Amino acid sequence: MLDAKIPAGPLDDKWTDYKGHCKLVNPANKRKLEIIIVGTGLAGASAAASLGELGYKVKAFCFQDSPRRAHSIAAQGGINAAKNYQNDGDSVFRLFYDTIKGGDYRARESNVHRLAEVSANIIDQCVAQGVPFAREYGGMLSNRSFGGTQVQRTFYAAGQTGQQLLIGAYQALERQVALGNVKMYTRHEMLEVVMIDGKARGIIARNLVNGELEKHFGHAVLLCTGGYGNVFYLSTNAMGSNVTAAWKAHKQGAAFANPCFTQIHPTCIPVSGDHQSKLTLMSESLRNDGRIWVPKKQGDNRKATDIPEEERDYYLERRYPAFGNLVPRDVASRAAKERCDAGYGVGTSKQAVYLDFAAAIERYGKTEVGKLGKDNVSQDEVIELGKEVVKEKYGNLFDMYEKITGENPYEVAMRIYPAVHYTMGGLWVDYELQTTVPGLYCLGEANFSDHGANRLGASALMQGLADGYFVIPYTIGNYLADEIYSKAISTDHPGFAQAEKEVSDRINKLMSIKGKQTVESFHKRLGKIMWDKCGMARNAEGLTQAIAEIQALKKEFWSDVKIPGSINEMNPELDKAGRVADFIELGELMCKDALDRNESCGGHFREESQTPEGEAMRDDANYMYVSAWEFKGESNWELHKEPLIYDVVKPSQRNYK
Amino acid sequence: MEHYNMSLNLKVWRQNNSRDKGYFEDYKVDGISSEMSFLEMFDVLNERLITEGKEPIAFDHDCREGICGMCSMYINGKPHGPWKSNTVCQLHMRAYKDGDTIVVEPWRANAFPVIKDLMVDRSAFDRIVQAGGYISVNTGNAVDGNSMPIEKDKADASFAAAMCIGCGACVAACKNSSAMLFLSAKVAHLALLPQGEPERKKRVVSMVAQMDKEGFGACTNTGACEATCPKDISLSNIARLNQEYLIASLTADK
Repeated sequence: MLDAKIPAGPLDDKWTDYKGHCKLVNPANKRKLEIIIVGTGLAGASAAASLGELGYKVKAFCFQDSPRRAHSIAAQGGINAAKNYQNDGDSVFRLFYDTIKGGDYRARESNVHRLAEVSANIIDQCVAQGVPFAREYGGMLSNRSFGGTQVQRTFYAAGQTGQQLLIGAYQALERQVALGNVKMYTRHEMLEVVMIDGKARGIIARNLVNGELEKHFGHAVLLCTGGYGNVFYLSTNAMGSNVTAAWKAHKQGAAFANPCFTQIHPTCIPVSGDHQSKLTLMSESLRNDGRIWVPKKQGDNRKATDIPEEERDYYLERRYPAFGNLVPRDVASRAAKERCDAGYGVGTSKQAVYLDFAAAIERYGKTEVGKLGKDNVSQDEVIELGKEVVKEKYGNLFDMYEKITGENPYEVAMRIYPAVHYTMGGLWVDYELQTTVPGLYCLGEANFSDHGANRLGASALMQGLADGYFVIPYTIGNYLADEIYSKAISTDHPGFAQAEKEVSDRINKLMSIKGKQTVESFHKRLGKIMWDKCGMARNAEGLTQAIAEIQALKKEFWSDVKIPGSINEMNPELDKAGRVADFIELGELMCKDALDRNESCGGHFREESQTPEGEAMRDDANYMYVSAWEFKGESNWELHKEPLIYDVVKPSQRNYK
Repeated sequence: MEHYNMSLNLKVWRQNNSRDKGYFEDYKVDGISSEMSFLEMFDVLNERLITEGKEPIAFDHDCREGICGMCSMYINGKPHGPWKSNTVCQLHMRAYKDGDTIVVEPWRANAFPVIKDLMVDRSAFDRIVQAGGYISVNTGNAVDGNSMPIEKDKADASFAAAMCIGCGACVAACKNSSAMLFLSAKVAHLALLPQGEPERKKRVVSMVAQMDKEGFGACTNTGACEATCPKDISLSNIARLNQEYLIASLTADK
């Protein structure tokens, strides 16, 4: 079932050779070929713009009121590229190597190498579009370092890199809308993939303003619908981020790969109470200057500023002297959880650690004093100067923290705790980004492709744009070249009617339950099961329980959910109900996948598989494969394994000590 | 930070659809924690309404961290509420005290018709961008990113304008419902960069024409937009826009 279609030949040449030999579609034929793109984040918007420019007829869909709102916009820290502008030894190979190693040897070499190759083109493209990246005084692009690497290869626009990149892609997309190459459907949600003769040929979408179902034909369908972190209820995802499009595709035959690989981001603002609706990330770039610590004494209730230096445990610096506060995300998250579970947590909930800028403020202050050539400067003045520097670098993040917590992080150490942030798993795709369903493609976070078991910081933006700008424009031609003889299929075709009926039946079923419990309450319960039993640390017993609990929750949902309003109107609760129903099914598969993988790797820590020092222990002999799950019916999946072959990198146990 | 609970009186705009006339409905909410966000307070109210068999209040929101620009509530006469440089989703209940009355309305502007309750249609903004808010460069055309040095000050000023989140608060705050701050931010973002130079004149003329066509009002330099903007987009962008427009009008080739 799984053919990854990895081109033959040396790793360095695979992508060049592929581009040199893939099929092309001539311009006259492109005009006759229709492509549907679902989702308009970095992957979707960049794909829609690029394919529109090539001359294909594109229809793009998003559930938000404008493509500019997709959650890529919230990415803060930056985007990696192997430019080596800093002359610090970076190269395509190093970016490739770091990504493979950071992913704990659970990603495909060929895909990751291609990602590293096109990374430099992404920066050039974005600069040409007018993305205002941070610059040095000489006018050149600025770089910073990020967790898990030892070179400075991250390009950024203050703490709003995702916003600026998305606006760039959005503008390119709107330009194609103006030129008539792309038709944009906002406030529309895809609810089914239409299959005709074994190929994806269109979608059923619901107009969220009036509730009407619409049928749309495409010679190919691209899902660029982001990750499924909201299965945990609390995550850094947007409220609307969901798995529905990917899940519908999965039920139509697209294999779902590594569903249990989720990333828990180490630096988020801690939960404050039961009312909490989402979590907010503080960019990982803060770890460049902030020092993470907890008190050396358990249950220490003193204020951070009252705890003297010698009574603080800078546990990352202690455990991992080589990388210190810049260890990869999974390592930092687990270490925070370990300290809190052992009783060293801080704040009212004790589920938090300190991220402290006092040392950085003083260090920067002294540098500034040096620059000014001043003597006899008071300590207060040094601190003031230091705060200015820190403000320049992280001002918007500090403001965000203060708005949420009411505390001033320039004066008081931030409190942080890990939160669900990104999902490495997703629809299985081959080298061409095609799922196991012909004609159905998956790009960006929604696919499983490039990050293995753990994603490095500043790599998500890179992958989304690589897929949309530089990969799909080539690989889709290889499929569509054979479709030039296929005329557009009328949406009166029985395949469309049947898909529409299934969607409509499901909506009617949801609305007719008329139970007692709200959609939100089910979502919260699902999230708690997932976080407790399929979160940062897992074991077989908990996962087995979780599967039973989720199955019971599913029954309860379908017999007791309460959805107000009616079908043919704007009804956000109905939209949410459909998404939560899909999350429940996904949750079960995630636990099943986690249960199968009896090894600790990347973001996935199996308690049964650890070293004597409590570090994650990978098991290459038994688990060096991609788990691709085929849907076989309710609560029934078949596992297919794609073996991972490392021709160039030699897998080793990760060591950041 | 001390936390406290409060009871509040809400007056919320309800409107079934764009054709409906709309009305205010009163709600009393109890047990609201000062740690909640303003939208979480609405979540609590909506959960109650659903349980009581009533229709929940529709409102736009997504990222809930102040960057997507989707949330849009006009609170006690101010877009995004009382805090400066803030979106509704970032507003927290510690801004209020026990017994307060809060009036919540949608953005009000002819160019932003109400869809339902507090949700409005801001697609006019997308159409303004379609009129020229981009640099015409196809994928693959780009030269090396460092081949064109850009003065840091200009890059920073361009970025400051590009921070606009397209929420529409500027329009909602303006007595004329003018979209000049939004438009000027986009024009400034692109005009300040050398990449934006080739289309500089055409862009500004075409975007202004589209803005007028959408039914936004004229700018009378009151500055309510700047005061309310969650991203502190500066009024000086409007001065730049006027300058760009004047030069383009006087020197256009055709």
